[in-house]
Amino acid sequence: MNVTINGVAHELPSGATVAEAVKTLTETRNGVAVAVNGEVVSRGAWDSTALADADAVEVLTAVQGG
Amino acid sequence: MDDDLIIGGEKFASRLIMGTGGAPSLEVLDAALAASGTELTTVAMRRLDPSARGSVLDVLRRRGIRVLPNTAGCFTAQEAVLTARLAREALETDWVKLEVISDERTLLPDPIETFDAAERLVADGFTVLPYIGDDPALARRLEQAGCAAVMPLGAPIGSGLGIRNPHNIELIVEAAGVPVILDAGIGTASDAALAMELGCDAVLLATAVTRAQRPDLMAQAMRSAVAAGRAARLAGRIPRRRYAEASSPMTP
Repeated sequence: MNVTINGVAHELPSGATVAEAVKTLTETRNGVAVAVNGEVVSRGAWDSTALADADAVEVLTAVQGG
Repeated sequence: MDDDLIIGGEKFASRLIMGTGGAPSLEVLDAALAASGTELTTVAMRRLDPSARGSVLDVLRRRGIRVLPNTAGCFTAQEAVLTARLAREALETDWVKLEVISDERTLLPDPIETFDAAERLVADGFTVLPYIGDDPALARRLEQAGCAAVMPLGAPIGSGLGIRNPHNIELIVEAAGVPVILDAGIGTASDAALAMELGCDAVLLATAVTRAQRPDLMAQAMRSAVAAGRAARLAGRIPRRRYAEASSPMTP
C-alpha cells in the first residue's frame, strides 16, 4: 500500500503500523510525535495502530524556533 | 531578594525567556542560552529531518532548561491545536506558546484564530501562553478564557524595533491578573529593560541575541537588562518633572 510520510510517498507492506512508518525516518522514539490524517497517535499506540492505503503520516520533532 | 516569576504554578528565578530561532549553530545557541541564565526556552515543531545532526532538545536537557513548545507557522486555530497536541506528545509538556499568525509579511498574530485556539487548548488541559498584539482588550479576554499568561508583542517578530506602543503595554499590565510577557520586537538591551520598567513580568526574545554579532555577549546584556528593569520597576521611578529640581542645597 501507498502512504505519505512527511509529504513523501512510501510503499509499505499491507497492514504496516505507525511504528514502521516512523522507522523509515528514525530509530528514535523520544521527542517524536505522529499524526495520521490530522489526528495524533500517541506513542503507546504506534505498534498497534495499522495504517491504511493513502494515509497521510506526519512525523514531527522539536527544532530551533521562536 | 526572593522575586520569582510564577507561571501556571511553576516558579522561575529568571525573567528572561529565550527563543532558539536564528542561531547559526547549536554550539552558538548553547553558549547564548548559558549566558542568558534562562530557565524556559521555546522550540518549534517541524517534520523530522533524518539528516539533522544534534537536537535543540539535547541542548536544553543538558542545561536543565524547561522546554516551551510553540505553534509557530500555524495560520489557523485548527493547525495550532494539532501542533500543540503533537508537542505535548513529543515533549511531554502541556505548556504551549500559542502563536497563530495572520500573514507571512508581518507575522502579526491573528486575534480571532488565537482566541479560538486558546479556548480549545484550555479546555483540553493545556497551560496556554498566547502571543498577541499589544491589545489590552484581547489580553483581558484571553485571561478570562483561562490563559496562564499573555504575551503581547513590542513590535513584529525579528524586527528589532523595540516597544512601539509602551502605553498599551502599561494598560495590559495594569489590568492583568496573569503574568505579562513582552514577546517579539526586542532589538537591544534597553528595550528589554524598558519592558520590565513598564511592569512586564518577563521578556521573551530570540533574534536580538541569536543574530547579534556576539550572541553570548548579547545574551548576557539581556540578562542584566531584564534584572535592572525589574529592579527599577520594584524600586519605583521618580515622577517626570517639567523643570529642574535641585539635588543640592541652593543656599551657600
